[in-house]
Amino acid sequence: MVAFKLAYRNLIGAGLRTWLNVSVLSFAFVLIIFYNGMIDGWNRQGRNDTQEWEVANGQYWHPDYDKLDVYSIKDANQELGEQVDELVKAGQLLPVLIQQATIYPQGRMQSILLKGVPTDQIILKLPTDSLQGDKNSLQAIIGRRMAKTAQLKVNDRVLLRWRDKNGTFDAREITITSIFYCDVPGADNGQIYIDYEKMQDMMGFNNRATLLVTANEEPEVLAGWDFKNLDFLLAELDQMIESKKGGGIVLQGVLLLIALLAIFDTQVLSIFRRQKEIGTYVALGLTRNQVVGIFTIEGGMHSVLAALLGAVYGIPFFLWLDTVGLSFGGLDVGITMAEVIYPYYSLGLILSTTLLVVLAATVVSYLPARKIARMNPTEALKGKIQ
Amino acid sequence: MDDKVIQLQSLTKRFPVGNGYFTALTDINLELQKGEFAGLVGPSGSGKTTLLNIIGSLDVPSEGTATVLGNSIAQLSQKQAAHLRNHHIGFIFQTYNLLPVYTVYENVEFALLLQNMSANDRRKSVMQALEWVGLTDKEKSKPSMLSGGECQRVAIARSMVKKPQIVLADEPTANLDSKNSHHILQTMQTLNEELGVTFVFSTHDEKVMQYLKRKISLADGRVVKDETVMADSV
Ligand SMILES: Nc1ncnc2c1ncn2[C@@H]1O[C@H](COP(=O)(O)OP(=O)(O)OP(=O)(O)O)[C@@H](O)[C@H]1O
Ligand SMILES: [Mg+2]
Repeated sequence: MVAFKLAYRNLIGAGLRTWLNVSVLSFAFVLIIFYNGMIDGWNRQGRNDTQEWEVANGQYWHPDYDKLDVYSIKDANQELGEQVDELVKAGQLLPVLIQQATIYPQGRMQSILLKGVPTDQIILKLPTDSLQGDKNSLQAIIGRRMAKTAQLKVNDRVLLRWRDKNGTFDAREITITSIFYCDVPGADNGQIYIDYEKMQDMMGFNNRATLLVTANEEPEVLAGWDFKNLDFLLAELDQMIESKKGGGIVLQGVLLLIALLAIFDTQVLSIFRRQKEIGTYVALGLTRNQVVGIFTIEGGMHSVLAALLGAVYGIPFFLWLDTVGLSFGGLDVGITMAEVIYPYYSLGLILSTTLLVVLAATVVSYLPARKIARMNPTEALKGKIQ
Repeated sequence: MDDKVIQLQSLTKRFPVGNGYFTALTDINLELQKGEFAGLVGPSGSGKTTLLNIIGSLDVPSEGTATVLGNSIAQLSQKQAAHLRNHHIGFIFQTYNLLPVYTVYENVEFALLLQNMSANDRRKSVMQALEWVGLTDKEKSKPSMLSGGECQRVAIARSMVKKPQIVLADEPTANLDSKNSHHILQTMQTLNEELGVTFVFSTHDEKVMQYLKRKISLADGRVVKDETVMADSV
């Protein structure tokens, strides 16, 4: 305890130099928390949005369904069967039928994925109630990205052409009844949603689906369906976030390194300049190792002050950011990313950052302080050690 | 109880210099009793500081033995030596060596903090020590605000606060004017007489010598004269 008091006094006594070091370190501290808080916020929002718009608590796929292979999609569907039917009726499963199709907006030709979704579903946020309408017209909803690439607006009509189960071409006009705004490219890009029932009729299918979205948090095994859990479905997002994290580490590392270098430098200088003081400590009854301890604590305490200083301007900054968020203006990174990201500061993030900074500062303070243990106290008292 | 607080037997100290040795002390044999007021006198380089450092367990003899308060200096571990200094030996330096970031009070308190003394007892002891040197009104000052004489009085208080058995004072008056020197010497003399603390000085200051009750003369690392003087000064 005495050592802490001594270290604190010495540190405060050193004045400007201490505050310079502490400022740089606190900046590194705040930046690390800020960056990782943003990434975590993105991650949480991204997962949340993807779940709400696309995957809920997981999906069951037809064994041949391959997201990346459009040719496999044609036949990758099967009958729901009794068990699935019941779960669908209970509102726990959402059947989705997927087929390739073509639209002709303004005379251009564009390949799309046609998705049939029950209009009364509530498992996904898709505004499927806009798909309701009389039998003679075909309502469709699309996302903002799709609307942009096809240059479609609400109430626009566009020709849709598809092949039915026998491979026969057919065409019909669809009406865009709603353009939804979501941050999940996977639920939007190149996709047009129509009524599940109508799609079955158009294709000549009966009660078939390509995949099933489940609302159930503990999904059961369904015969003939491959279950894809969230880890699998969110892997792309996770990878992107990991890579962004990795990119941030360089900047954070450099900043932290500069701060630590400043502390190291201060320690070396202070041990050199304070030899007499070191000798005096020994004369007053400290062992040399205890003096090493005092100097180590003194250097390490930079980090405690940095945490306090960081809190002084960091907490208001973080709270403010938490209310306004950070806008990325619809930056399209090809992966789920909200337009405005709200950082998420977990206790774990704050604790681990604090631990990292304190540990690092203590280590760089200890390294030069070790020299004291080898000092001859009588030489130190003379202040002559080079 | 044995009254010999310091016993030096055939003590020799050599320092490595280049690829040889420099012998700073040669075959020193001395005994000091409890309550002595003794001085090591001699020209610069005669080995006074070296000898005080060994007695204070800051250094060890190369040959022979130094026994201080029953402890053989060469045989003490770092911890034991630190304990000995903390509890029983006070140091006073030519350059005061006060800790600059602490107040007068805290400087004096330092040794007691290491002894885990209660805050109450510490306060009492510190204030008493400051009273001995007449600085109770400066307890909150920082060393940088004090004159040289006042700094050395703080250093005396710091060495005395733990009521040590031995105080080692290395040229305590070298940086002081004559008025301050006398003041300090009188203070130490009083403490020596009232508390029975053994004082060992190193000096070549005539002012100091007139206070000494025993004058041990060193030259080239050897004791050349050891005389007890009648304390008829002041
Ligand atoms: N660590 C050391 N290495 C080499 N030589 C040393 C060392 N310490 C002291 N000496 C030498 O030993 C001799 C005695 O030194 P010491 O400091 O004891 O003298 P002193 O009597 O205290 O002198 P002064 O009156 O100038 O303080 C000197 O010649 C000094 O150069
Ligand atoms: Mg000397």
